[in-house]
Amino acid sequence: MAGKNLLEKVWERHKVGTLPSGQDQLFIGLHLIHEVTSPQAFGMLKERKLGVKYPLRTYATSDHIIPTDDRSRPFADPLAEKMLQALEENTSEYGITFFGIESGKQGVVHVVGPEQGLTQPGMTIACGDSHTATHGAFGAIAFGVGTSQVRDILATQTMAIAKPKVRRITVNGRLPEGVGAKDLILAIIGELGVNGGLGYAYEYGGEAVESLSMEERMTLCNMSIEGGARVGYVNPDKVTYEWLKGRPYVKDYESMIAFGEEMKSDADAAYDDEYVMDASKLSPMVTWGINPGQVVSVDGVLPETESLPEDERETAARAYEYMGFKPGETMLGKKIDVVFIGSCTNGRLTDLREAAETAKGHSVAAGVVALVVPGSQEVAKAAEAEGLDKIFTQAGFQWRKAGCSMCLAMNPDKLQGRQLSASTSNRNFIGRQGSPTGRTLLVSPKMAAAAAIAGKIVDIRNNGGIR
Amino acid sequence: MSQVIKNFEGMGIAVRGNDIDTDRIIPARFMKCVTFAGLGEFAFNDERVDEEGHKKNHPFDDSRWSGHPVLVGNANFGCGSSREHAPQALKDYGIKAVIAESFAEIFAGNCSSLGIPAVILHHKDAMELQALIESAPDTAIRIDLESMTVSTSDKSWNASMPESYRQALLDGSWDSTGVLASRMDAVERVARSLPYV
Ligand code: SF4
Repeated sequence: MAGKNLLEKVWERHKVGTLPSGQDQLFIGLHLIHEVTSPQAFGMLKERKLGVKYPLRTYATSDHIIPTDDRSRPFADPLAEKMLQALEENTSEYGITFFGIESGKQGVVHVVGPEQGLTQPGMTIACGDSHTATHGAFGAIAFGVGTSQVRDILATQTMAIAKPKVRRITVNGRLPEGVGAKDLILAIIGELGVNGGLGYAYEYGGEAVESLSMEERMTLCNMSIEGGARVGYVNPDKVTYEWLKGRPYVKDYESMIAFGEEMKSDADAAYDDEYVMDASKLSPMVTWGINPGQVVSVDGVLPETESLPEDERETAARAYEYMGFKPGETMLGKKIDVVFIGSCTNGRLTDLREAAETAKGHSVAAGVVALVVPGSQEVAKAAEAEGLDKIFTQAGFQWRKAGCSMCLAMNPDKLQGRQLSASTSNRNFIGRQGSPTGRTLLVSPKMAAAAAIAGKIVDIRNNGGIR
Repeated sequence: MSQVIKNFEGMGIAVRGNDIDTDRIIPARFMKCVTFAGLGEFAFNDERVDEEGHKKNHPFDDSRWSGHPVLVGNANFGCGSSREHAPQALKDYGIKAVIAESFAEIFAGNCSSLGIPAVILHHKDAMELQALIESAPDTAIRIDLESMTVSTSDKSWNASMPESYRQALLDGSWDSTGVLASRMDAVERVARSLPYV
């Protein structure tokens, strides 16, 4: 008999029962909340006179609406102020730990969870945010949920959900110089499509994945949802346990490892589907369209609409019209107006190090606005201790405070008009970065930094790029 | 127990395009709110009005279809952000059922937990239904969850949706909190069995 994969094992351990609808009732080990998708859930609890069942299993931070420059209270934006106040009141009323600005631990929820050691192998993790799969990097089963489920989890610490199938994605070989986890996940989404993962959890493995750092594994898992997979994970190993050692919420290190080892996929585990690819052939990737699957290698040619599968043509035509690009062009040399380095995809210390290394000793091109937004206050502190902030500011980048910022532009950081931005975030949707006509190119931190210096998209390999 | 939903009948509104993401259904700037009330006004806002505030002739504003309760879309409808604000905005606008060629998973789950049937039709059937709505806006569309069909007075198509969502609507358990909360003993047993809790 074949062994089991991690998802099956974690599911078995957390399944409370089968509901009349046929869905499972799943226990949620860790629940993370933020100011945008939680106030309505608390409102529903109050309406129904329900309490919070396990307040110690929910943690809160503020990230989406928070300003990244002047943070004096009340915020200039009264709506943002109101949302933060609602979160402060709700967390204090129900006894939920809140990592606010004063705590020094505030940041993007998917950066804060892991760095505090809240995220651990074998857990089930939910958050009212679609990039929750980030936590899967630690061998947790983590997924984004809607506000009604936030309500359910607060009330019962469980939710109704159908067990997904598992697709194993094996990435053989090693990533070439200048190519990172961001390029890998963009390539996977490009290959399998933006809805190729529908109904699946993605298990990432193989030599290229195992040799990634924890931060890179988070970048990889983070964008699973952009490929349609609500869950993405990497089996826990030494790298995972080393990274978690000594983190504030890791109370019993040995038992955490024991649980991770028990939950990880068996060597002979069976999968519903498998996909194999070769890392050594990958290039730095750049998106050209209005979803993350519309992506090419930096020196690749934009596809003819007719050459695409039939169901992608209409979106491609819309993308060309919106972006103002043409089939047959390459992304190399596209002039950019804005650079955004940050987000739950690429706002961690190693991301900032890579960007700083590329930017060091250079200057941001005239006319380009370049923002570096650390993923959390802890990331900011560590980066400042290494002098990264100085490298950035000396090169002409703005060094901001922690938050989601221009990833979705619910705070004051926004594109203007049709500006073209090279961004390390995860979505290039129409209007995503705050201007209804703004345009986004998704790239890795190195590629974003190089674009800021050159004022255009360049190829960072082989001393191409800016040097 | 929530309301039992076995079928729904109403006029349609076609929203064409694959990969319509939730950022388009409700742009993030309208999510600065602490309740869902009033979001309907901003559903598809940036597709409906341009930056100068001029209407763009979106079906949501076109008197031939505006206010119709059955939205008919294409593939991967509701992809992207998990925001429940998206189906909440549609609901607040007056949408009671959504038909598409396929749905993003979180969006379909969110619809289900609001009691909005999210029903799947084959590509060519969805296209046919959209064309019909566009040429004859008053056509009544019937969604029958028991027979899993979508029909008009003279046509019927086979439809599908995840069985668990269908059951939850049929037995009125789509508002999940009550069902989940009735099993707290079992929940506590699972919690106690986990080494990290
Ligand atoms: S950084 Fe962007 S994707 Fe990540 S949680 Fe914030 S808004 Fe969502």
